[in-house]
Amino acid sequence: MIKEAPRENRAARYLVSGPPLLFLVVFFVAPTLIMILTSFRFPGEFGGLAPIAAPAEKISGEYGFTPEAYQFFFSDVLYAKIFLKSFGVALATTLICLIMAYPLALLIARSEKRFRNLMVLLVVLPFASNFLIRIYAWMIILGPESAFSHFVNAILGAFGLAPVTLLFSPFAVLVGMVYVHLPFMILPLYTNLEKHDASLLDAAQDLGATAWQRFWRVTWPLSLPGVFSGSALVFIPVLGMFAVPDILGGTGDILIGNLIKDQFLGTRDWPFGSALSIMLTLAVLSVAGLATWFARSATGQRA
Amino acid sequence: MSLLEIRNVTRRFGDYTAVDNVSISVETGEFFTLLGPSGCGKTTLLRMIAGFDLPDSGQILLDGKDMVGTPPEKRPVHTVFQTYALFPHMTVADNIAFPLKMAGKTPQDIKNRVGEALDSVRLPEFGNRFPHELSGGQKQRVAFARGLVNRPRLLLLDEPLGALDAKLREEMQIELINLQKEVGVTFVFVTHAQNEALALSHRIAVMNHGNVEQIDEPSKIYGFPRNRFVADFIGKISMMNAQVVEATPSHLKLNVGELGEVITAGREGIKAGDDGMMAIRPEQVRISHPSEEPRLKNHFVGKVHDFLYIGDVTTYIVELSNGAYIEALLPNSSPGRATFFEVGDEVGVSWRHDAGIFLND
Ligand SMILES: Nc1ncnc2c1ncn2[C@@H]1O[C@H](COP(=O)(O)OP(=O)(O)OP(=O)(O)O)[C@@H](O)[C@H]1O
Ligand SMILES: [Mg+2]
Repeated sequence: MIKEAPRENRAARYLVSGPPLLFLVVFFVAPTLIMILTSFRFPGEFGGLAPIAAPAEKISGEYGFTPEAYQFFFSDVLYAKIFLKSFGVALATTLICLIMAYPLALLIARSEKRFRNLMVLLVVLPFASNFLIRIYAWMIILGPESAFSHFVNAILGAFGLAPVTLLFSPFAVLVGMVYVHLPFMILPLYTNLEKHDASLLDAAQDLGATAWQRFWRVTWPLSLPGVFSGSALVFIPVLGMFAVPDILGGTGDILIGNLIKDQFLGTRDWPFGSALSIMLTLAVLSVAGLATWFARSATGQRA
Repeated sequence: MSLLEIRNVTRRFGDYTAVDNVSISVETGEFFTLLGPSGCGKTTLLRMIAGFDLPDSGQILLDGKDMVGTPPEKRPVHTVFQTYALFPHMTVADNIAFPLKMAGKTPQDIKNRVGEALDSVRLPEFGNRFPHELSGGQKQRVAFARGLVNRPRLLLLDEPLGALDAKLREEMQIELINLQKEVGVTFVFVTHAQNEALALSHRIAVMNHGNVEQIDEPSKIYGFPRNRFVADFIGKISMMNAQVVEATPSHLKLNVGELGEVITAGREGIKAGDDGMMAIRPEQVRISHPSEEPRLKNHFVGKVHDFLYIGDVTTYIVELSNGAYIEALLPNSSPGRATFFEVGDEVGVSWRHDAGIFLND
């Protein structure tokens, strides 16, 4: 029989883990439940929700619970398309972030110890200024009269290609997404790479591995946990992001984030907005589950 | 032609000379040991042989070919690191297969040779384990197998047994000797443990402050140390100031301060009038009852100052009439501790005329 921990110990444990647990219940579990309930109700006449029971003075209208929001979601292929497109943007952003972040994280991890903290500070420095201001800055950079646009079009012109508008395009959305989320890829990668044992690279080189082989056979596989956590930290927030497509994407570029936001702030169809959120959560959970399974088999971990 | 030839190699870090004009040659099939105290430059020298570091001056030749400009991955030299440096994300079999894969061997060949390597280090069942599932001794064996599997011309071992406890260390020493005999690969072994060096090596280079003090077979290093550093670093030795009175090729007659005349083995390059040290190993000193008739030429009386019982032997520290201390070793051949002498007892100490040595630097 397992001996129970002394009473004071257990009390201390509840004291320590209690508040964060309570916080999660109040601000995560409860809202999720409310959202699930909301998704099965009727929208109110002027936004919000219709009452569950019909009020005495009014007979017309719909009351109670209904799967209508979900039926609506599956009735129009448009929504599936927006989901697919959003996942595509999230995937592209994650990959571009990974390709850009990896060399930088490696550079920081391999540079002298006293410079590392300074470099990490530089990576997170953009957070010091307001998020929206930084996105609006991109609007100016990508705008038709910007030096950058002129430069790009000059190059295209030199090759005999027609000039392009950068702003309000999928390209601008991708640039914004990558820009916003890059630090979330760099930091976990750096944290992982910084812990690598340098003697492993010496051993690999000693046993005949070229620089490229040392990377693919030692550094890369050992960095996979960092790659996976960085990817999760980019992929999931990108799916919910509406500000970047709103500002940089123009009217045609609607992603799930915008769609959900519109249901609450624009169309004022709360049940449909909730249903969309639930669908998104389910989709993210299944992607995360798949990724975890893939990560397990890729890193050769058992149990 | 020697397999490895180190010619006048010097390596400086700032104004600190870590390796100072070292010349060593190692023959094919040899078990060669670099022995010296911490910080004497052993690892620095080894890293230059492996190619991780380059000499500031001098040359390193392998099979007569200057290795400068050949990076570590191109040198037919493998290293066993003190921390093992096994790849944590690979199984034991994949770790051992690594150098074979890098050399572009066929999968079938790799499979066979990994199997043989696992057998040779007595771990045939461990191929599918990960390094973190192994004990220290098992990790060590995997590191040996990985270093040897592709038959390098030279295997460098940097204090590979340093992290093991005393008993396991002794077992691994025996295994290492057998392994080296079996595969016939030339070993350059680094240690600061003198008994390990004596037990394992064909030849030893004793290093101190970046210099090589002596290169010889273990018995020569122990029996005929070239200078005071080597004598003192390897094993125990008692030393007393002495002056040469008479020098012949076969023996030296020394005057040891306030004690009298001592006869030691002859040594080249020593002449009458030289000042230096008379040195004698504890196991060469006989300790006897003062009543016993002196049978050896070098015979003196003294008083037991202290003794140290260490199981198999007891070391007696005897104070001689001139105030100098000399150590004598007595095997405990009877059951229990044979208390032959107690502190304060009058005793006689003596040694053969060819046992002591004279060191002039
Ligand atoms: N990269 C370096 N930069 C500066 N000094 C160094 C460097 N590498 C070694 N040294 C110095 O050179 C000397 C020899 O070092 P080395 O590592 O070769 O000693 P060692 O004989 O292997 O010692 P140990 O038995 O403790 O491993 C030491 O004083 C060390 O501080
Ligand atoms: Mg060392």
